[in-house]
Amino acid sequence: MEQLLEILRELHPETDFEKETALVDHGILVSFDIVMLITRIEEEFDVVIPAKDITPAHFNSAKSLYALIASLEEQDD
Amino acid sequence: MKTMLTALYEQANLRPNAQAFCDTNETLTFSDVERIAESAGTALLRRGARREAILILHERCAREIALFFAVWKAGCFYVPVDAEMGENRIRSILDRVKPRFAIADAGGRALLEKYGFSGELLDPDALTAQAPDMQALDAIEAQTLDTDPTYLVFTSGSTGAPKGVVGCHRAVVDYANQISKTLRVDSTDVFAMQAPLYVDACLKEILCALMCGSSAVLVPKKLFMTPVPLVQFLNEHRVTALCWVVPALTLISALHTFDEVVPQYLRTVAFGSEVFAPKQLRIWQQHVPARYINLYGPTECTGMSCFYEVDRTFADGERIPIGRAFDNTEIFLLDENDRRADEGEICIRGTALCHGYYRDPERTAKVFVPNPLNPDYPETIYRTGDLGRRNARGELEFLGRKDDQIKHMGHRIELGELEAAAKTVEGVDAACAVFERERSILGLVYTGSIERAALLTALRAKVPEYLLPKMSRRVDALPLTQNGKTDRKAATALLFG
Repeated sequence: MEQLLEILRELHPETDFEKETALVDHGILVSFDIVMLITRIEEEFDVVIPAKDITPAHFNSAKSLYALIASLEEQDD
Repeated sequence: MKTMLTALYEQANLRPNAQAFCDTNETLTFSDVERIAESAGTALLRRGARREAILILHERCAREIALFFAVWKAGCFYVPVDAEMGENRIRSILDRVKPRFAIADAGGRALLEKYGFSGELLDPDALTAQAPDMQALDAIEAQTLDTDPTYLVFTSGSTGAPKGVVGCHRAVVDYANQISKTLRVDSTDVFAMQAPLYVDACLKEILCALMCGSSAVLVPKKLFMTPVPLVQFLNEHRVTALCWVVPALTLISALHTFDEVVPQYLRTVAFGSEVFAPKQLRIWQQHVPARYINLYGPTECTGMSCFYEVDRTFADGERIPIGRAFDNTEIFLLDENDRRADEGEICIRGTALCHGYYRDPERTAKVFVPNPLNPDYPETIYRTGDLGRRNARGELEFLGRKDDQIKHMGHRIELGELEAAAKTVEGVDAACAVFERERSILGLVYTGSIERAALLTALRAKVPEYLLPKMSRRVDALPLTQNGKTDRKAATALLFG
């Protein structure tokens, strides 16, 4: 989780990612941010995020995003 | 054809009930668009609007496009503004233009009141409720010249103050001819519009509709975060043509979208504004059989000026050319001594040139200059500040910039604009904006007492989202060159290592 928070804070240091639960709906993560964010996550966690999982529900909070990454890591094992 | 209003009139007669522009709430046929233009145009005349700038601050929608034509019907020119441009940009536009009239929806009215707009606020619904006065509109049409202005589109300025590019009718008509020919548009084409309406990029889809009877669907901005629903949207609307900025196409190809869903109706994929990575283009080519066209052109020359239809496969590291000039436009390269060369600054001449920057003779004179290759009579060319070369095949290639302008998230940005905005934040002493081309990351190195988090919060309220730095660092002192100027290269290294 800490690793993910670091990536997010680098992009948006002004956001409290432990509290914010509407990253997409509040417009904190904006359209073309998402490519950079996903590319970083795929590199750092060595996972591939399937396009169908790129939804506001998964990206609205650090927690839900981390849950997605964890479930992808599990499938990998 | 003096203005594109003639083309609109023809489409409204030829195919009155065909879809012209649509958004998620409303579909406008060509006759709807003509009717809105006539009604609102008449209403503007009744209010006393004459050959002047009409500000439009409206939620991005099909109706806003029809209002652009209403402004032309009244013999005026529109200044498109959007809340997402941010407070700094909107205030400086109001400052420079001082429009007497603004057409604004509820959200726009609230914003303009907050910014102390002193002109008359016009409600778009009230304008379109007006009965058209054909005699008055015809009289204005007869007086309009093809050299009269069409719009002011504002683009980033290095001092922080944006530049208002003055478009004109004959350049717009020429662009409509060239872009529709290049894209081979016909009345069965459906465009999915990605561009905001406050940049000239949106002209492609709008002008093709007037020229050829094609239609355009405005893609909700939110879809550019979720690639699968985005492609589903294209299929639902049977979209045949895209003219998108590179990041929007990359969003789809880089995020494995084609594993789930593939656009089924696309025939034409045009891209521009940034360099397309060959890897991403190849992914598109493998999954979507279409014509791929690289477009290049500065706002100052009305939309696009140059095109290359992809006719081969590009390996990583290869440059996709920008190709050759549109018909009726010449592009040539000038070396440091202003001699014609195979490598140098990209310069443009032709009808496509706009009139220069609004109320800004100084910055106009710097780039709209007498043609150094023509000693015989006055002829103005536009110096783009872009560097290019001709490759062995005779195709033009874009190499980079002479100055600190960058392309980021599909927008043209002067690094100086971000620096100027940062310096208006209390607690910032000095700032240097930097850009890493490889990963397209905009960054900021600064000195002062303010924390990064507080700086970003303050900036968010002032500038558009594409101008927000994605990486930032506070330092004790900015690196300087031997001449005592901020050393941008060293600052870039400080941030990106």
